[in-house]
Amino acid sequence: MGKPSRRQFLKLIGATGAALMVGRGGASASEEHQVNNDTLGMLYDATKCVGCKACMSACKRVNSDYGSLSYEKATFDSDGLWDAPEDLSGSTRTLIKLFKESDKEWSYVKYSCMHCQKPSCVSVCPVSAMTRDKITGIVDYNKNTCIGCRYCQVACAFNIPKFQWEKAIPQIVKCDLCKNTNMVRKGITACAETCPVGAIMFGKRKDLLDEAKKRLAENPGRYVNHIYGEKELGGTNHLYLSAMPFKKLGLPVLKHEAPAEFSEKIQHTIYKGFIAPVALYSTLCFIAVKNMKKGRASEDEEQALKNSEQKKTETEHGEDVE
Amino acid sequence: MSHDEYQTYRAKILTPSFVVLLVLTLIGFALIAVRFIKGIGAVSNMNDGYPWGIWITYDVATGTAIACGGYAMAILIYIRNRMHYHPMIRSAILTSMFGYGLAGFSVMVDVGRPWNAYNFFIPSKWQANSAMFEVAVCVMAYTTVLLLEFLPTVLTALEKTQWKTLQLLLDMVYSRMGMERPERIGDRLDKVKDLAAWLKPRLDKVLIFIIVLGITLPTMHQSSLGSLLLIASTKLHPLWYTGFLPLLFLINCMFIGYSIAILESVISCYAFKRPFETRELSGIARIIPWLTIIWLSVVIGDLAWRGQLAAAVSFDFYSRFFLLEFCLVAGGSLLMFSGKKRESIRWLFVSAALIVLGGALYRFNVYLIGFNPGKGWHYFPALAELLITVGIVAFEILGYQVIVKILPVLPKLHTRQQLDAEKA
Ligand code: SF4
Ligand code: SF4
Repeated sequence: MGKPSRRQFLKLIGATGAALMVGRGGASASEEHQVNNDTLGMLYDATKCVGCKACMSACKRVNSDYGSLSYEKATFDSDGLWDAPEDLSGSTRTLIKLFKESDKEWSYVKYSCMHCQKPSCVSVCPVSAMTRDKITGIVDYNKNTCIGCRYCQVACAFNIPKFQWEKAIPQIVKCDLCKNTNMVRKGITACAETCPVGAIMFGKRKDLLDEAKKRLAENPGRYVNHIYGEKELGGTNHLYLSAMPFKKLGLPVLKHEAPAEFSEKIQHTIYKGFIAPVALYSTLCFIAVKNMKKGRASEDEEQALKNSEQKKTETEHGEDVE
Repeated sequence: MSHDEYQTYRAKILTPSFVVLLVLTLIGFALIAVRFIKGIGAVSNMNDGYPWGIWITYDVATGTAIACGGYAMAILIYIRNRMHYHPMIRSAILTSMFGYGLAGFSVMVDVGRPWNAYNFFIPSKWQANSAMFEVAVCVMAYTTVLLLEFLPTVLTALEKTQWKTLQLLLDMVYSRMGMERPERIGDRLDKVKDLAAWLKPRLDKVLIFIIVLGITLPTMHQSSLGSLLLIASTKLHPLWYTGFLPLLFLINCMFIGYSIAILESVISCYAFKRPFETRELSGIARIIPWLTIIWLSVVIGDLAWRGQLAAAVSFDFYSRFFLLEFCLVAGGSLLMFSGKKRESIRWLFVSAALIVLGGALYRFNVYLIGFNPGKGWHYFPALAELLITVGIVAFEILGYQVIVKILPVLPKLHTRQQLDAEKA
């Protein structure tokens, strides 16, 4: 009993599986995403940074109204004299940290959004609140569409987007290259403008890469021979040079493929042109309607027999509802 | 399909369990109020490393799988043409309706800016790359479909109702006010009845297409619940991170769906002191091991292919959770393979419970336990956060309890016994 229908059932599962397998195969076949080197970014040179945190305070000064940032008190500072964030947070878009291996070996590092070429946060945002500008490459956030699902936080491999957990009307906070603030007024990010030692260079990605390569070539031994962000996750527009291994500075070792490419390919394969769902729906309708007709036919025969008895029971078990 | 396969369960609504559930519900909803006044951080331990906590993991990712009873039963009845399970469908749909409706509600509690949710209806904001978009739209659509699927139950009740309670109430109100009850009201009530009677046969005609939609939509979004984590390639542990996540989530919801249908039936028969539906249940139990075998083989095959088998049995933190999940599902299925055990309500209950636990643990593993955003991040749900989830679950059970007592949802005893007799 049930052989043919079990087969139908397994077929159904098999079809989904097949779609996914195609997804895997197709992943390598379809076109790679293009890196656009004319987009804007920043090059942070950790060997130049003196840790003065002028960039941090400039960022907060310039963006606090637009980005809904506030000052963060430290526990030892009951008067609230300093802004002392411990990490990137719902109030802090950029942060300088010190990594100390020994008295001789240490390095500063600046955190902020990497402005990925193929950003995971944009790929996953269900309502297009995260967007990447095609021309400038800036990954921007729009609080007026964001539903606050925090999927961008789950998706970002650098843990950049932050959420305002303590607010009744919260939003996501992350660097947008001062797109709506300093960039409009002065054409440069506040942090790059402020840095007193030129540790942050602002410009087009191709110029930043050229500069980084030049520094690597001219100062052998000063740097780890790697431009962090050149290839990571499909390339980022925020680039790093450092004397210490990047992993020690909290910048993870990452593959060159953007995670969004893989996930989008699977999603696209399943939902290409909406063919699979429609096909599934029509097949199922066909089966169900056929089944129902079959059921009707046999029911009719039985019905004649049952009718008299059923009427009797119906009056006994009346279903009136109060 | 006749509407006479069902009956209202006549019993008192105000029972001790009703009161307990009501209290839990009220606590949960009070805490939800706190969340909206003071922000999510005030009630929850979620943080920037673990932006999804117990609400998404349990209420949405696991809760909707547990609410897949309606989906699984619909496949069985309408696609595999097992009409003799039809009497069980209404209670399955009712629980699915609560599960999905409240999952949607939990999402509204969980998201930070719910007032922006209208953007899901604005085409220029659609983002087809996002698995979340697909899940959200499908879940909304499916909840609507479930409401439509449940509508005939309400209509049958309306059609046959005498409005006894309402009449009494009205009489009381009007006599208090010292007035005659106007005729109008009676007319109005009759109109509602007429409308219900008019709508029902029409709805019956298109119902099958709605039902099939109710099979297509969960197939889509249950797999997308797996796709949600595809982006987290650097955060989800390799034991669970695979391109097969969508397929695994889909099969997972099917076997959870059938198992939960068994559990529901056993529990409600026990609670409402009705005879157990052993014959139907053991029939359902025959299907489950096939699904779990496919699922387990995909899991193992995929681990082997990615060279993670050694990690799976390394007995570290992750491996233990993986093995637990694996053994629960495998153990439950082994029990169900034995024909004798399938005939016993106790074993049916135990094996279905094992499979539901294992299947749910799989979802926890993917969403929470195997999720590691990096050094320094920790998450364990706060008490208030848990109580909100408990409150929502309590509300679900409460709603079920009340509705089966006012609407014809449970299988009619007479019909089933008659069917049994016919088959024998
Ligand atoms: S670093 Fe994170 S937040 Fe910034 S663009 Fe990349 S994925 Fe988005
Ligand atoms: S939290 Fe906002 S920006 Fe982030 S994915 Fe959700 S809707 Fe998009």
